[in-house]
Amino acid sequence: MTEPLVATENLSKRFGGLTAVDDVTLAIPRGGVTGLIGPNGAGKTTLFSLISGSETPTAGRIVFDGRDVTRLAAHVRAALGVGRTFQITQPFAGMSVRENVAIGAYLRHPRRDEALARAAQAAERVGLADKLDAPASSLTVSARKRLEVARALATEPKLLLLDEVLAGLNPSEVRDIVPVVRALAGDGVTILMIEHVMQAVMSLCAHVYVLAEGRLIADGAPAEVTRDRHVIEAYLGKGAADRIGGGNVGA
Amino acid sequence: MTIRPYLSILVAVAILALAVSLARSNTFANAIVTAMIVAIAGYGWNLLGGYAGQFSFGHAAFFGAGAYVDAVLQARYGVNAYPAFALAVLAGAGVGGAIGYLSFRAGLRGSYFALITLAFAEVMRIIANAAPIAGGAAGTLIRLDPSLTHFQFQSRLPYLWIALAFVAFAMALTRWVERRRFGAYLVAVRENEAAARALGVDALAVKLRAILVSAALTALAGALYAQYFLFVDASIAFGPWISIEALMGPIVGGLGTVFGPLVGALALHFLGEFARAVAGRIPGVDLALFGALLILAVALARDGVQGVAIGLARKWRARGA
Amino acid sequence: MLAPPDIVAAAIVNGLMTGAVYALVAVGLTLVYGVLHIINFAHGAILGAAMFAAYVAYRAGVDPYLAMGPLAAAFFALGYGVQRLIIGPASHGEDRNVLLVTLGLSIVIENLLLAVFSSDTRTIDVPYGFSTLDLGFVLLALPKMVAFGVSCVVGAALWALLTATDTGKAIRAVAKERMGATLVGIDPPRVFAVTFGISAACLAVAACLLLPIYYVNPRVGEAYVLVAFTIVVLGGMGSIPGAMIGGLLIGVVESLSGLFFGDSLGQLGIYLIFILVLLLRPTGLFGAAA
Repeated sequence: MTEPLVATENLSKRFGGLTAVDDVTLAIPRGGVTGLIGPNGAGKTTLFSLISGSETPTAGRIVFDGRDVTRLAAHVRAALGVGRTFQITQPFAGMSVRENVAIGAYLRHPRRDEALARAAQAAERVGLADKLDAPASSLTVSARKRLEVARALATEPKLLLLDEVLAGLNPSEVRDIVPVVRALAGDGVTILMIEHVMQAVMSLCAHVYVLAEGRLIADGAPAEVTRDRHVIEAYLGKGAADRIGGGNVGA
Repeated sequence: MTIRPYLSILVAVAILALAVSLARSNTFANAIVTAMIVAIAGYGWNLLGGYAGQFSFGHAAFFGAGAYVDAVLQARYGVNAYPAFALAVLAGAGVGGAIGYLSFRAGLRGSYFALITLAFAEVMRIIANAAPIAGGAAGTLIRLDPSLTHFQFQSRLPYLWIALAFVAFAMALTRWVERRRFGAYLVAVRENEAAARALGVDALAVKLRAILVSAALTALAGALYAQYFLFVDASIAFGPWISIEALMGPIVGGLGTVFGPLVGALALHFLGEFARAVAGRIPGVDLALFGALLILAVALARDGVQGVAIGLARKWRARGA
Repeated sequence: MLAPPDIVAAAIVNGLMTGAVYALVAVGLTLVYGVLHIINFAHGAILGAAMFAAYVAYRAGVDPYLAMGPLAAAFFALGYGVQRLIIGPASHGEDRNVLLVTLGLSIVIENLLLAVFSSDTRTIDVPYGFSTLDLGFVLLALPKMVAFGVSCVVGAALWALLTATDTGKAIRAVAKERMGATLVGIDPPRVFAVTFGISAACLAVAACLLLPIYYVNPRVGEAYVLVAFTIVVLGGMGSIPGAMIGGLLIGVVESLSGLFFGDSLGQLGIYLIFILVLLLRPTGLFGAAA
């Protein structure tokens, strides 16, 4: 139980001249919700891509559930238990919600009726039960976000990487999804979430990592991290920490 | 295995059987058999192009492999027709696997994949045209010897039924694949390969399997062609005509559907007849019309003739309601 | 060496001459890819149509070299129209569709040529057709030299067009960053049509250069399109210098393999190079990412 579910060691990713992820070492414990925050362009999604396997690192290691997965392909990692959602939703056009989610369910359930049944269950958990037979392309933004989660959930992951599932949602939609995420964590799925909506981060995450310009600049409980001067400066610019002074800067 | 999904196929086959039983003249029989052989090749193409979304412009490579292996094994090595036929299908799958492995492993997709399949087909055509084992430019003749053991028949009728049986098989195979995990994975890879990978789909394996089945089915069509016409040469076996007709049927009739290739093949056949009736002996008019139809099909009907029909039916129903 | 050095040298020089025309054929193809990001499967058919146009002009009494200008203008208009009115609208902007539309176009054009001109191979007879220049180790055919010269001039002119003129800059802008070009007021559909027109015009010039040297029949476009594709893939999709250098290279390779392996296998060599480049280095020698 003390061994982290996923850990990165000195992980780096360079795209030509741009270093998107710079020497990141972190460890996510099993269970619970961990946050990954940072200003735009900090490299958070790239970090997710490295962990899920859609990108290969330029340097460093990734260890998942005790295995070195650094060189493993994305679909192999998915089978091992890494699930992820995409920041820009990517539904399979032309398929219904049920069929979309079934693609995920097929990973553990090769038989059609079994996969479709599990897909319906996963859709229910995120509140899409009433939209099961709707074409995926007809969904609203918030429903598409749920579809992303349901699809990843259907693969029965140990680790769920949620990439900005709350982006573009209005406050009441946010209020509706937060308990869903909490319930997933309650069912034993370890969640790592990239999020900008601070209220959600504060209420969901026990621990938060902060990424800026590819580098880890802080980590700890949400309340401490948001008071950290380096974090404030990363978001608001140099000198901001002094101008704001110490004290409660949390959302 | 439930029967319901296959009912519509049975109905279509019954209608076709009716048409076949009305075949009287030899030219009509030839035309129908050819149309059905092309339809089978189209079903092969449809699995890779329609469902998996990988457009091949060189399916002649598989058709020709089937045709030549069937012909050469019988003509040159005295192998019995039935094992020759089976080996021809396997050979097609082998060629498909080789081309697929090289191309998909190299990450080729879209236009690049189309280009390389075109190149492979042409390479095979040039080699077949020069290779002594294939008869060189003169081609290969299977000795005419009608008997059941030689898979040859005196009259055209048995061929018609056999071709029809294989068309039915192709349709049933397509429906069967559709309803399995493999079929769902094909569509997922077509729609969004990256998202599919993140969900545990081994895209490379899926594409390889798709091309194996696709090539085998198209090779079957080629072997059937050889068995019916008893003659193959490089431009018949590996020529662009079959690569084009194999893809036109599914596109015109409806990509990635069970009836698309059949509807398309029939539509093209009738269009060809119409062109010949109107333009007489002028060569090329029928193919020019095909090309124009291809452009129109892409421009107007995303889901092919079937899609247009289904769309129209929907409108009528709405108007009545 | 399997052959005396001056025969090899002659093969190389001849290969360079032919290669320059290949380059001219390939340049249009790579330009279209670089700007529109489409592979024009109808490229060879358009070349075939241009060669027949030059042939018809010849039969009407106009020498191919004289027909070059007017035909280039006519084919520019044709290419502009085809892109603006057929390819653009029919494909709804989707890659997969463009593939099929250009394939359909190639089928239509080739078969119309077949219907109108029948499958006979035709050649023309020009008074300078057999004139040669003696360089000592090789006899250079005049038409080939003219082809080489004109191809180089057109290549240079194209380069100048792209770098120095406003139209050229607009084309390069759309090629590099379509959205950004729109934001500064450039109209991509017009640029696409102009690019396609330029491509067709280059083919018209190439056709006039090729007719005195070779022959024409409805299938000739296919043969050239393969070579053009190989050059474009070798030189790098979208790279004009790549197409020019690739053209010369392929010309020499073809000439040498014709010398050592005979004609029918020479074609095979080009296909194999094509396949190998696609498998091993699809970006080509000079190209941008595939």
